Amino acid sequence: MADGIVTLTTATFDETVASSDKPVVVDLWAEWCGPCKMIAPILGEIAGEQAEHLTIAKLNVDENPEIAQKFSVMSIPTLLVFDKGQVTKRLVGAKGKPQLLQELGEFLPNTSH
Amino acid sequence: MSEHHHVVIVGSGPAGLTAAIYSARANLAPLVIEGEPSSTSDQPGGQLMLTTEVENFPGFPEGIMGPELMMRFREQAQRFGATFLTEKVTAVDLSERPFVLTVRDRQFTADAVIVSTGAQSLMLGLEAESRLLGHGLSTCATCDGFFFRGQEIAVVGGGDSAVEEATFLTKFASKVTMIHRRDALRASKIMQDRAISNPKIEMLWNHTVTDLVGDEQLAGAVVRDVNSGAETTLPVTGLFVAIGHRPNTDLFKGVLDMDDAGYLVTRPGSSWTNIDGVFACGDVQDHTYRQAITAAGSGCMAAIDCERWLESVAH
Repeated sequence: MADGIVTLTTATFDETVASSDKPVVVDLWAEWCGPCKMIAPILGEIAGEQAEHLTIAKLNVDENPEIAQKFSVMSIPTLLVFDKGQVTKRLVGAKGKPQLLQELGEFLPNTSH
Repeated sequence: MSEHHHVVIVGSGPAGLTAAIYSARANLAPLVIEGEPSSTSDQPGGQLMLTTEVENFPGFPEGIMGPELMMRFREQAQRFGATFLTEKVTAVDLSERPFVLTVRDRQFTADAVIVSTGAQSLMLGLEAESRLLGHGLSTCATCDGFFFRGQEIAVVGGGDSAVEEATFLTKFASKVTMIHRRDALRASKIMQDRAISNPKIEMLWNHTVTDLVGDEQLAGAVVRDVNSGAETTLPVTGLFVAIGHRPNTDLFKGVLDMDDAGYLVTRPGSSWTNIDGVFACGDVQDHTYRQAITAAGSGCMAAIDCERWLESVAH
């Protein structure tokens, strides 16, 4: 997690999202998904800037198909936001940084975006 | 406060990035406002970001993945001094020089502008689309094909992109129905042969999609026979739309000359638009060829036209 992004697997998923005291944004991605690659650096930036308020995690759906199936994910990138272990938001499709911050605004204190 | 550049390039597909390589090598230090990430073709890198193997780009006899090709274009432009802004232009003022481009709350001025905003895929325009996008309805076969392993799905359209998507999706799906409003494909011969000879692809000619079935997950597509008007429901869990493109020219309405379909009009044999100092290249001004290589070629033309024009006004 050099870039501040936690790598999840099927084995570590449940515990990580349930035990976190901050909302966890899980980026479901795969190697063959072009748009996923475009948002990865943006999520890295958000992880650095919002470390106090959010945990950013990623899960490779190719290697961990069980989680994608469990949450009925049929399109990537999809971002699932977990708060106290529950899915509270679902963002489908790649987006730019301003738009992502806006969508995540409810989990951030008085954001200027 | 605004930031000034000799050349600003709007859009970053093969056309914009080739214009960036050429104008960077001409020491014009272009700024490329490359667009924002999205899951449609309206994103940095353009339409090739959603494709898999590109087999017809000269110089790559083994083929190359679309996103990788675009990353290479970008690196080549960066190597010669092009800089990038990963956002979208929100407004332009081309009424006087320097031209002004607005990106949300920031302003950039430029002596010359190269427009290479490309084209984006059309959606069906159905109300159910927003509800089912990401729940069976997809804009990106390469991203989402994986989720339809062993399922029956459909592709709407009859051009090269539709055939390419259908062929790609047969890697995962048990059956792919191609829904096309005509009785013959528009795709090139080699692509047609691939579709027709693929045992997993079935053609549904002379049909259009009129509605989608399913509340939380796609369960079917309502299709209408264009001749009889009869409607039936095709039970598919996935639907991929490849019915064509529209040029990204909303920013330039009433400012730059366009044809009835919204494509920018350039002076024949050049990249000149109706405004001196504003040049256009790539799919935003080409609905005939629409290839990566022709877009790149026109991007080169735009950079050379732009460089010569800047020289002429400097003297």
